[in-house]
Amino acid sequence: MAHKLTRRRFLEVAGTIAGSFALAGCSPKNQDPNSIYVGVMGPYTGDVAQYGLAVRSGILLYLKEFNKNSGAGGRQIVSIVEDEKGDSTEAILVYNKLLDENVCAILGDVTSTPTIALAQKSVLDNIPCVTASATAEDVVAHGNNMFRATVTDPFQGVVLAEFAKKQGYQRVGTIFNSGGDYEIGVNNAFVQRARELGIEVVSQQGYPTGAVDFNAQLTSIIGLDPDAILAPNYYQDNGKIVTQARQLGCKKPFMGADGWAGIIGGEQDYASAADLEGCFYCSAFVASNPDEKVQHFVKAYTEEYGEAPTNFCSLGYDAAMILCSALKTVEKRGYTYNSNEYRQAIIDAIASGVVEGVTGTLSYQGTGDPVKSTLIITFKDGKESIYDTINPS
Amino acid sequence: MFLTQVLNGLQLGSIYALVALGYTMVYGIILLLNFAHGDIIMFGSYVAWIALVQLGLNPAIAVLLAIFGCVVLGVLIDKVAYAPLREAPRLSILITAIGVSYLLENGVQLLLGADAKVVPSIIDLGTVQVFGSTLSGTALLTVAVTIVATVVLTLLVQKTRLGKAMRAVSEDMGAARLMGVNVNSTISFTFAVGSALAGIAAILYSMAYQQVSPTMGVMLGTKAFVAAVLGGIGSIPGAVIGGLIVGFSEVFVAAFGLSVWQDAVVFLLLILVLVVKPTGLLGRPVTEKV
Repeated sequence: MAHKLTRRRFLEVAGTIAGSFALAGCSPKNQDPNSIYVGVMGPYTGDVAQYGLAVRSGILLYLKEFNKNSGAGGRQIVSIVEDEKGDSTEAILVYNKLLDENVCAILGDVTSTPTIALAQKSVLDNIPCVTASATAEDVVAHGNNMFRATVTDPFQGVVLAEFAKKQGYQRVGTIFNSGGDYEIGVNNAFVQRARELGIEVVSQQGYPTGAVDFNAQLTSIIGLDPDAILAPNYYQDNGKIVTQARQLGCKKPFMGADGWAGIIGGEQDYASAADLEGCFYCSAFVASNPDEKVQHFVKAYTEEYGEAPTNFCSLGYDAAMILCSALKTVEKRGYTYNSNEYRQAIIDAIASGVVEGVTGTLSYQGTGDPVKSTLIITFKDGKESIYDTINPS
Repeated sequence: MFLTQVLNGLQLGSIYALVALGYTMVYGIILLLNFAHGDIIMFGSYVAWIALVQLGLNPAIAVLLAIFGCVVLGVLIDKVAYAPLREAPRLSILITAIGVSYLLENGVQLLLGADAKVVPSIIDLGTVQVFGSTLSGTALLTVAVTIVATVVLTLLVQKTRLGKAMRAVSEDMGAARLMGVNVNSTISFTFAVGSALAGIAAILYSMAYQQVSPTMGVMLGTKAFVAAVLGGIGSIPGAVIGGLIVGFSEVFVAAFGLSVWQDAVVFLLLILVLVVKPTGLLGRPVTEKV
């Protein structure tokens, strides 16, 4: 005999379910006094998963080393890792979940768009956040709680324009994803600075996100005979752009920002060594940098994961370093874990600290943007090498 | 430079046309917008990538495997996901198609990873010089293959018994069944043909753009769907014309320096055609039988 669902019974069941949810919400989680809980978020599946996974590897490597060195005042960092699939809505859901897990700070997000969503939400709770790699200008504009380890998109555009001037380029064309904050940011800053420096920008060609056919845009740019072409996009697009341009008979150098990292020498090559010869991109990190800190990191990373670190891994490592050195300072003060003054103290410690990272010595001068030097990297026979260093003015 | 741009448009349009043909055939026979069609192309490209890179097979074998893989997948999807819903409301089967699409995208991502795979060149055709313009051999091949495929498909539908059965099922499924047409095998055959075209498109796509990713079918499928609707969904010449219109408008909008408006122009064109001619350029108005 089937149970008859009366209104009374329905209310009873609904009440029980609602009650159990409410209880679950109240139950205190993660209260171990010997631990500091840190949220780690990023896209680990989806279109931009490669960046998320690389940043996460760098973060987890640093946290492991840090914990081995007795952590922050004897307390161990416990990381709570969540996937936001590269999506802003998911990022907010993950953020709420991390707060429920009693985290006092977040290492995230990875790409610009969800990081802006995170910045808007986290400022309300004054949760300290350090993003390894989100470069859009807006990311740190929402409050003082947001810091980044990487330099900004516009900063990279300016560096590239100054580099173009140094190279003696007179005429430059640009091809960029007009649906991406990152690409637009670099492109616009480049164009503005290039014009100030007297470089003629002959053509700016946008393309929609997900485009695979760049022949029409490239045919237009090549027809204007520029000295170099700026392609400030991610490596998958840049690979196709460079390959298609070479097929159209163009031999001019391409320039780009740190989204180029990984175009060659990784699991697979997105453009051939011959096509990339003499192209440039700016980046904070290259594994062949002879610097001692960088070499220690490359060795430790390779031992841990069995592959060489990319730019994004190094930024993840530095982001974790920035947060952990602040936590170390704060732990000496004796505030209650995760109280308001505890969170504020972390923010203050990051803002006033100087960190010797693998992407350069960096400090914050009143904003969430780091001040550090940028490397210009070139390709020769399919190998990357440091071509020049542009110092912050 | 103008000739180069024309060929750019023809190449892109041809790929859209091949994909649009798959949409239009399935819609023609069971009135289903097969949203998984773009993902069948993705699957075909991955088969080609596995055959070429992982297994190191001969390019000719890789091409055949990719087309065969698409046919098997297309028929399998119909048997497993759509056939049980033949009598269900059309909305159910539409939602199922979207579900299949997500299943394929996420399945491939789970098995092979989210990052794009680089497909090595299947055949190097070099470039051809015509009237001082550099034309890519791959583009010329793409256009030629599309013309042949369209002619063969038209003959198949118009001149063979199977084609007659397809047209009968599309006209009236119940009456066709009463006349002794095996409706289920006819529908399977339609899926097989549509998927074979998807397989060919997958090969041409991989040759032209060198990279495959789990989500590559989404935008390709959407554009081809626009092409099919633009030309009049259900019509074979309509799909080809729609594909070429979409390809040309994308290339020429970009060539005039308005590439930011590329997608907007395509969708605006669709709206304009639908306002003036709701059945698409070559679509026939269907009167509802009561």
